Amino acid sequence: MNTPSNLKYAKSDEWFDPATGKVGISDYAQNQLSDIVFIEIFVEEGETIEAGKAIASVESVKASSEIYSPASGKVAAVNKDLANKPETINTDPFGEAWMIQLEGASAGDVMDAAAYEKHCEERAH
Amino acid sequence: MTYIPISPHERDEMLATVGVKSLDDLFTAIPAKHRFPKLDLPPAWTEMDALEELTNIANANENVRGDLISFLGAGMYNHYIPSVVDHMLRRGEFYTAYTPYQPEISQGTLQAVFEYQSLMAALTGMEVSNASHYDGATATAEAVNLAFAQYRGKRRKVVISPTVHPQYRAVIRTYTQGMDIQLVGDAADAELDSDPSDLLAHVDDNACLVIVQYPDFFGRVYDYTKFIDDVHAKGALVCVVANPTALAMFKTPASMGADIVVGDGQPLGIPMWFGGPSVGFFTTRKQYVHKMAGRLVGETVDSKGQRSYVLTLTAREQHIKRERATSNICTNQGLIALGTAVYLSLLGKSGLRQVAELCYQKAHYAANALSKINGYSLAHNEPFFHEFTLVCPKPVAEINAHLLEHGILGGYDLGQDYPSLANHMLVAVTEMNSKEEIDTLVEVLSEVDHG
Amino acid sequence: MVSASSTTSSPLSATIVEPTIFDLSSRGRVGVRMPESDVPAAEPPPQHLLRPELPLPELAEVDVVRHYMRLSKFNYSVDGGFYPLGSCTMKYNPKINEDVCRLPGFLFTHPLQPIETVQGNLALMYQLQEWLKEIAGFAAVTLQPAAGAHGEFTGVLMMRAYHKSRGDDKRVKMLIPDAAHGTNPASVGMMGMTVVTIPSDERGNVDLKALEAACDDTVVGMMLTNPNTLGLFDENIEKVIALVHGCGGLMYGDGANLNALLGIVRPGDLGFDVMHFNLHKTFAVPHGGGGPGVGPVGVAARLADFLPEPLVGILEEGDEDKDMPPLYGYMKPAKSIGRMKAFHGHFGGGFVRSFTYIAMHGPDGLKDIAQYAVLNANYLQARLRDTYHIPFDRICMHEFVAEGQFEGSDVRALDISKRLMDYNFHPPTNYFPLIVHEALMIEPTETENKDTLDAFAETMIKIAEEAKTNSAIVKSAPNNTQFGRMDEVKAARELVLCCWLPENYDLSA
Repeated sequence: MNTPSNLKYAKSDEWFDPATGKVGISDYAQNQLSDIVFIEIFVEEGETIEAGKAIASVESVKASSEIYSPASGKVAAVNKDLANKPETINTDPFGEAWMIQLEGASAGDVMDAAAYEKHCEERAH
Repeated sequence: MTYIPISPHERDEMLATVGVKSLDDLFTAIPAKHRFPKLDLPPAWTEMDALEELTNIANANENVRGDLISFLGAGMYNHYIPSVVDHMLRRGEFYTAYTPYQPEISQGTLQAVFEYQSLMAALTGMEVSNASHYDGATATAEAVNLAFAQYRGKRRKVVISPTVHPQYRAVIRTYTQGMDIQLVGDAADAELDSDPSDLLAHVDDNACLVIVQYPDFFGRVYDYTKFIDDVHAKGALVCVVANPTALAMFKTPASMGADIVVGDGQPLGIPMWFGGPSVGFFTTRKQYVHKMAGRLVGETVDSKGQRSYVLTLTAREQHIKRERATSNICTNQGLIALGTAVYLSLLGKSGLRQVAELCYQKAHYAANALSKINGYSLAHNEPFFHEFTLVCPKPVAEINAHLLEHGILGGYDLGQDYPSLANHMLVAVTEMNSKEEIDTLVEVLSEVDHG
Repeated sequence: MVSASSTTSSPLSATIVEPTIFDLSSRGRVGVRMPESDVPAAEPPPQHLLRPELPLPELAEVDVVRHYMRLSKFNYSVDGGFYPLGSCTMKYNPKINEDVCRLPGFLFTHPLQPIETVQGNLALMYQLQEWLKEIAGFAAVTLQPAAGAHGEFTGVLMMRAYHKSRGDDKRVKMLIPDAAHGTNPASVGMMGMTVVTIPSDERGNVDLKALEAACDDTVVGMMLTNPNTLGLFDENIEKVIALVHGCGGLMYGDGANLNALLGIVRPGDLGFDVMHFNLHKTFAVPHGGGGPGVGPVGVAARLADFLPEPLVGILEEGDEDKDMPPLYGYMKPAKSIGRMKAFHGHFGGGFVRSFTYIAMHGPDGLKDIAQYAVLNANYLQARLRDTYHIPFDRICMHEFVAEGQFEGSDVRALDISKRLMDYNFHPPTNYFPLIVHEALMIEPTETENKDTLDAFAETMIKIAEEAKTNSAIVKSAPNNTQFGRMDEVKAARELVLCCWLPENYDLSA
């Protein structure tokens, strides 16, 4: 499991990059969902959102999940390409598969990489 | 014990293996005071009894293949069903299988449903079809769910033409009771023109869907192309409820720009069966597929490199998405969808077109003859398919009672649903009605006129 | 989480085992010859309304028959073998039902015919309503819902309408156990209510403490499957219902597992307020490869006014002395939620078959069904107990849940299921209920003999052995079937949902 230490993580498995304001889902989450076949991002550029708001829905071959924003802020960019290649969420969850980018963002209820790794381990049992 | 293949000594051996003394001992978890109620039901029939009794019950009806000449339609139609259809439906391999959750041993059902989807898409002109809904009415209600989900609840109004089948409109009202959604357009005083442009007044930036019927409930065929353009300009989707037989002859809703085309597949080889089961078809554009409810069969390959089929995009459905699913639908009308596929395969391009032609020709012959009877006239001038609205000189109930005395099942009394259409009868004519039958109808009605 | 599905890479061109009906089309073939028109030609419709071409396939009758016959051979079915699919009640479907439901008086009656001309149909529906009331202990029954999920939706609409009619508008929570079918929360979701999940305790019953904590004046009710999806009858059922009733909630029974209760206990007597029947499970309507189902709903007296319209009732009493039957007709309940579908429900495919099935069993025969369904399940459980871990191990009802995994083996429930196909058995239900890891949910039904059960048990034991000694053969299963495991990822990502006539196909007349 890959858990970059520069990112913050929500309990519900989203990551937030304080440096760039980007948001996506973790390697743990994509692995749990398995082969992702669909993503729909609900929020639009220019919208101001609160942490905890549902921003997207992903479906894999056998599971489905809502994605909640781990941070508050103004949506500066939406990764529109992702809908055409949802499989990149499996292959590059922290890179190419970012979902939205926030401007003037403040993190919601998030933890650091070490705490998140522990959180994931606990759930595996 | 009719269908229980366990002998008394086998039962005793099995009880011993389980470790209880009697069958009753298996039920100690049931509260004692409610255990083993005495059911007040008649004693068991034998198979001979059943055949005799059921034959008596069936014979207590008057059916439209021998007892009555029928001109009744209004959403369910008396068409010829080629013999092959039922022979295929009676294959135990098809009808005693479950939902194809194990694709390796369910390719028969899966490929047949894939073919059904393909045939329905070809007929409606749409890009995708699901594996079917319960009937045309519930398929229409599912169109509301799709549109509502597509706009994520930001548009909360559905505009329904008053010329959509009254029972379909009733079902939409039931389905949406728990949703914060407004249904407009079909108030009792709404205009009943075939041109639905009056509805445009209701279409604003809160409308997610507009529903029209084709041919409409009064049988009229109207080109919705401009109307659909106008609705799209206001950002809403359009659902067209279509009669599948009519689509063999008339331009497709897809070619008019429809986003969703639904309807009841009963006319395609399914007996009327006193109202069901039939099959609700649901077709749409590929872009809406993730918001569409119901099962979907998709093509893939197996581990041996063979073309094969699986249930796909199942993560949209209730068993995974649970309370976030667009709909709670679980089953499709598998066996009935198969019947429809067999029917369409048999009739094919020319056969279905012939059926539609026969319906059209005979309905027009009937309309022409009926409208010449003193006191009777056609309510509309627009083109129609196999159903039309006849204005009568008396209440339809009276006329139908008289027709029944002559062994004729008259048309649908529109006054039941439309107060402004008292004395209006919806007459259906299909390939099953001979010229002689139509002439008899005309003759009997001519007598009523004198009476 | 479930294990990954097979992800075989797709070859450039797949082998075609059976062409589609579109592949088989050949220009000019005709399957059915329709008669010539016997009326004078009418003026054609305006050209602009006409369809230019109809891209349907062209085949002869024999082509169609052989195609669908070949397809039928790719299916596993109850007529072909043992189908222990948990929660689906894949019992034998009596052949007489197929004959009687096709009597012309049933096949060729129109749902809008005057009631005087369909007294047979209406009498049958009335009688079936009465029998279902008696079997499950309810005050009234609607036959209209088209399937179990549709019945659930009907039930939840009535629960909502009941509270609203009393001005009790704050009830928005539905209590649902963690073992529930997905349709339960989905039905609630369609109503804009919220789902509160109630855990199960270590004996597989509803956790009473958690339930008590959730019960308050915002509860619409509880949706409970009993016996639950572990195949267990809730040992505290009366306390569960008392708690829900105590806070003003209504008790919904998911009748999916009613097969275990026929003549054993009536849900209405236990205090359930509303329940859907699955005629396609309990009362032998064939499953049809995924439908049609049939989902009547029974209700206690206080919900009877909310039933969908129309019901079938007696409009005029008959007179037995004069051999005059009653006059049956339609009735609208006073506060009806409305219509759930067009017309009257799944009459021919559903009501006629189930009516016949109940009539041919009578009260004792119905009790036999439940008793032998439960005996068969307990017998299989007893035979498998030493090989497969049974997480909630006690006397079960009509089904039980085993774990499909073994220490030191990478074989999972899915692999065991696929391996069963190699031995010509249909697999049990996998990965459900969600509260058991690697669940194998096994429901034999009452229509299987001891030899079949023994053969299945021995095969399961053999597969368990293979899992430890030769797991590769289990992981790659099915090995002996016409089709192997499917590439589900390809299906979802490439999304081919339809086929068409070949691109250059000549559609001219």
